[in-house]
Amino acid sequence: MTPSAGTVEAQQLAPTSAAEGATSVGGPRNRHRLPRAKSATTLTPISGLGLGIALTWFSLLVLIPLTAVLVQASAGGWQAYWDALTSPQTLAALKLTVGQAVLVTGVNIIMGTAIAWVLVRDQFVGKRLLEVVIDIPFALPTIVAGLVLLSLYGPSSPLGVNWANTRIAVFLAFLFVTLPFIVRTVQPVLLELEQEVEEAAASLGARRSTTFRLVILPSLAPAITSGAALSFCRAISEYGSLVLLSGNLPYSTEVASVRILSSVEGDKLTEAAALASILLVVALIVIITLDLISRRVARYA
Amino acid sequence: MSIRQLARVRAVAALIAAASTALLTGCVGGAATAPDAAGTTTLHLVGYAVPKEANNAIQKKFAETPEGKDVTWQESYGPSGDQSRAVLNGLKADYVNFSLEGDVTRLVKAGLVAEDWKSAPTKGIVSDSAVVIVVQKGNPLGIKDWSDLTKPGVKIVTPNPASSGSARWNILAAYQQVIANGGTDAEAKAYLTKFFNHVAALPGSGRDATNAFLQGAANVLISYENEAILARQAGEDFDYILPDATIKIENPGAVLKDANPKADAYLDFVLSTAGQEEFVKKGFRPVIAATPIGEVVGANNPASPFPVPPKLFTISDLGGWDAVNAKFFDDGGLVPAIQKATGRSQ
Repeated sequence: MTPSAGTVEAQQLAPTSAAEGATSVGGPRNRHRLPRAKSATTLTPISGLGLGIALTWFSLLVLIPLTAVLVQASAGGWQAYWDALTSPQTLAALKLTVGQAVLVTGVNIIMGTAIAWVLVRDQFVGKRLLEVVIDIPFALPTIVAGLVLLSLYGPSSPLGVNWANTRIAVFLAFLFVTLPFIVRTVQPVLLELEQEVEEAAASLGARRSTTFRLVILPSLAPAITSGAALSFCRAISEYGSLVLLSGNLPYSTEVASVRILSSVEGDKLTEAAALASILLVVALIVIITLDLISRRVARYA
Repeated sequence: MSIRQLARVRAVAALIAAASTALLTGCVGGAATAPDAAGTTTLHLVGYAVPKEANNAIQKKFAETPEGKDVTWQESYGPSGDQSRAVLNGLKADYVNFSLEGDVTRLVKAGLVAEDWKSAPTKGIVSDSAVVIVVQKGNPLGIKDWSDLTKPGVKIVTPNPASSGSARWNILAAYQQVIANGGTDAEAKAYLTKFFNHVAALPGSGRDATNAFLQGAANVLISYENEAILARQAGEDFDYILPDATIKIENPGAVLKDANPKADAYLDFVLSTAGQEEFVKKGFRPVIAATPIGEVVGANNPASPFPVPPKLFTISDLGGWDAVNAKFFDDGGLVPAIQKATGRSQ
């Protein structure tokens, strides 16, 4: 599935739409593929209107701004585009951003799924509180998140560490702001999952690991990958929480969004748009890759 | 969380979003269409955040003059460059107050501000300040001058010259002080390289840099005299040093071409000694020599808050902003090159 086309701009809307998507495709893949193929031929006037409204809305909010970014980026021609992207400082920033985002997404895939599992399958004191707390990274303005992280991992850290202005700070900030995505996409699917199937697998002699691999994982895969895509896209565009934390040191802790901001401040909008378009392409590649992985895993079902 | 609960959360979120949108449009609508009550004039001020209190005090005094009677204000404050771009993109403004000349020049190029905005005696500048070195209370490292900043153990925080225009004053001060002390360009470049080797963080703006310093991310902050005084007025406990050689910061103010004529009267008032006094109280240096300087709380010496450094240079000593940006800050300039060298070695 391709939640909200995974665009950077759409990410604010994404959590809810992804959760929705994940809920509706909770079952095996083929269950939702069938009606999708049919719907092209059975468009009633009412559903046609619905489609029209949806597409108009989507165009206004996403497609048109995206096109504007691309038009802006191409304003200076290929040379300007190329120059913007081959600046070693920009390349260093891109490498750092994408690298850390991949790392963080990897951690989230494991930890997010585990947290969702605990929240759905286990009963414990404080569960409801945890439910609420999970969403705090969504609710907190990112600059506040940065302040919180700075007091926790900065020079006056109660933990006795000082990770401010290092790459660890970038990693931790990304981790903080992306935590809820996979939890929130996996949770509803896990809720819908029938435990009887697992029991049946067990009664047929499957080991727990086999059950997980062949029964549970294929059902969760679409939700995990869509959450992972969101988490990745959120990370590569992160800025606010890093303002105070990362130090913005070129070649060391400077992330791509700071480069974009610098281009804007220098009145080089073409350069900024070129960089933004590269982030878009990276996001697209990751989303497609994740979707392919999800299809492959789901096929085991 | 059940799906129903999830839906409820989503509904609440949607409501909040709708409410804030309504609020936002309300504000914007209010700014654009506020119907003037009989006889009152609404002036729009767009400026950078630091001098907000000074501006408000000047407005209050202006209201007591015949021209300023019945003037009400719509104000917008934010980072200087962003504010300038907002005006360029249609934000209504009668009077603008930025931290850098370039932010006004941008509006001149767009035809929004008259070409001759610098023709007045102060050349378009409404307030001055100077780059200072901020250190921890009691100055434990014993820092006296720029040369002490490259000693072992010194960690500098200064705003990012790429993403914050006004951060450029600091870098220029660090460079040019070498020249002012009789050094060569090569020596100045060598100093700046050593300086960047000691930079621990380059936060996004001057205020972010102050916060990072106060959180202990570094033991030296390069800042502006008015910013240091203002923070001390607000109760922050640190010392600041005015180096013998430093740069004079000049903040411009301008009236837009199609502004209400009252805005011209306001600018005149800002440049009167009565207006300048309010800048002085907030730690800015006056641009009008005759301005009486009273006690400035927060200054090193409140009774004599603005000693003139022996080697105070200005942006025109460096050839003006266009030359400076090309030489230092644009791609291929000195600062990106130094950052490349020092960043790689870190």
